[in-house]
Amino acid sequence: MKELSLRDGRRKVLNWSAITVLCVLSFLAITPLFFIFSYLAVRGAGGLSLAFFTELPKPVGEIGGGMANAIGGSLILLSIASSFGIPIGLACGVALSELKVGVTVRALRLSVDLLTSVPSIVIGLFAYAVVVVPMRGYSAWAGGFALSIVMIPIVARSTEEILRLVPSHVYEAGLALGLPRWKVLLRLIIPGVRAGVTTGILLASARVSGETAPLLFTAFSNSFGFRGLNQPIASLPVQIFTYATSHDDTWRQLAWTGALVLVFVVFLLNLVTRFLIRRRE
Amino acid sequence: MSRRVWSRLFFRNRVENSGDQVFVLSLKIVAWATVSLFAGMLVYLVYLARGAIEALGFNFLTTNDWNPPMEIFGAAPFLVGTLASSFIAIFIAAPVSIGTALFLKEVAPKRVARVVGFLVELLAAIPSVVYGLWGVLVLAPVMRDHVQPFLASWFGPGTYFAQALGHVLTGLFYPFLLIADVLGLTEVTLGTLSEKMMALAQGLFDGPPLGLGLLSAGVVLSIMITPTVTAMSREVLAIVPDSVREGALGLGATRWEMIRIALLRSSRAGLVGAVILGLGRAIGETMAVTMVIGNRNEIPKSLFEPAQTMASVIANEYNEADGLHLSSLAAVGLSLFLVSLLVNLAARGFIRWIERGTRA
Repeated sequence: MKELSLRDGRRKVLNWSAITVLCVLSFLAITPLFFIFSYLAVRGAGGLSLAFFTELPKPVGEIGGGMANAIGGSLILLSIASSFGIPIGLACGVALSELKVGVTVRALRLSVDLLTSVPSIVIGLFAYAVVVVPMRGYSAWAGGFALSIVMIPIVARSTEEILRLVPSHVYEAGLALGLPRWKVLLRLIIPGVRAGVTTGILLASARVSGETAPLLFTAFSNSFGFRGLNQPIASLPVQIFTYATSHDDTWRQLAWTGALVLVFVVFLLNLVTRFLIRRRE
Repeated sequence: MSRRVWSRLFFRNRVENSGDQVFVLSLKIVAWATVSLFAGMLVYLVYLARGAIEALGFNFLTTNDWNPPMEIFGAAPFLVGTLASSFIAIFIAAPVSIGTALFLKEVAPKRVARVVGFLVELLAAIPSVVYGLWGVLVLAPVMRDHVQPFLASWFGPGTYFAQALGHVLTGLFYPFLLIADVLGLTEVTLGTLSEKMMALAQGLFDGPPLGLGLLSAGVVLSIMITPTVTAMSREVLAIVPDSVREGALGLGATRWEMIRIALLRSSRAGLVGAVILGLGRAIGETMAVTMVIGNRNEIPKSLFEPAQTMASVIANEYNEADGLHLSSLAAVGLSLFLVSLLVNLAARGFIRWIERGTRA
């Protein structure tokens, strides 16, 4: 019989080497973050200027220009997506947590679960088929529609989770006052979980502001600035994609700066979310 | 503080108040609208892809010639590209992520775990297109100048590694060959099998180092799925009750022995689920891969060669496509949709399995 005791040196050595390996692995997991950050900071910061935020892009070969159209376009797309995605997502979340379990709730749960796993490029294909083809052209509406499909399941899930945490006596208090159930929900419960619901909305916005694939053949792109919601519209991610794969140094510089701005916005949204979550706890 | 005892506000079928009736009805309408959105997606994809399905049938996925000007569409290169890049990603990300999850949950002091965990979560927040930008302009040149020549000199054609891998692969596939032989399915002999496997192993790290290609795409993907797999593995490890850990430690196990004997063994299925979930993300990932993989519509023979995935071919060609080309791309999208649904359902199944196992 092999004797097992802590004085057995091999077990100690094995233990410590295994722990070292685990440390190294987690170090490996976060090194890319530092690399990406430092490149974004070093290459992106050089192009930060007022012109970047206010000027339109210039044709290939010309120095200068900015991404004003892409930044504005992204904001427009985000607002279109939010105005569809947030209300529908909220309603789905409420339905998931409050409706009696039946066919509706089961079907909805399955759809919401599976919607999160649909590749975003497939959502783009779908939006192309239902919006771009009937409207005979790329448009901001199509892009916003595609993005709203990305938002719905994220908002729905977080809303459901938050509502499930509400203790029952809050409901009971409202019902005991003789309020109808919908008033209990809209006047008592939802205002109480506002911070939590906001968290979900911010997360969904952060996710959507970085989405590129659904926009490629829905919102497409343009380089003239805003021409109306029925026209193709530029967006920061698509513009970064176009510029990064070009061979023009000015454009690549714009891509780095654009990426820096995009990552800054997305991280800001994530940090606010974290702050809200921590305050709730 | 009491948690909600009854789970739902509208727990009864019959709601008397008319305001409530309207409210429930409108919730149900939105719910069914969302359900039909999902169902509609499937239906529309089939509708778009019907031309390709009618014209090409199942051959669509098995033939490997994709030639839009000649109206020839075989999607096998994309299937291979997607599988290969995702498996490279998993090969790198699975050990790193599970190791990180173990470190965060079992080894690191709380404060360290908090910081490292936060940093890993930040990785998930970086948009895909930024990974692509970094991959094209930073990673690809490094891969071309340093990593790929190094790999070629150690694992490339003619090295001991390639030969050994060839032998191992032959050994792995020989039993299947025997079974197929008994059933009278194939005529392949051991000699030809060995030749094929040798060619595969020798070619794996062959060719000029281009930077943009399958390997670089796999590396970028592995970085992108690490946060997903880590987060899921952490959740799986959190399900294992503390009494299991205490039991192992109380019996005198070292920390590593506790991890190996008590933790890994009881949460195996869940960890597999976490890895499959990462695979699902890797399969559906579009932008970063499109930018890094090199976009060539052929089955790659070497990890250094450019390739194409199902997602990237749609991103590259959809804007200029029409007719049969368009519906073939829609068929690729449909296959991608179905594959990622299946993979995600499988992952969920695994994770649910372990949850049930530990509660019982």
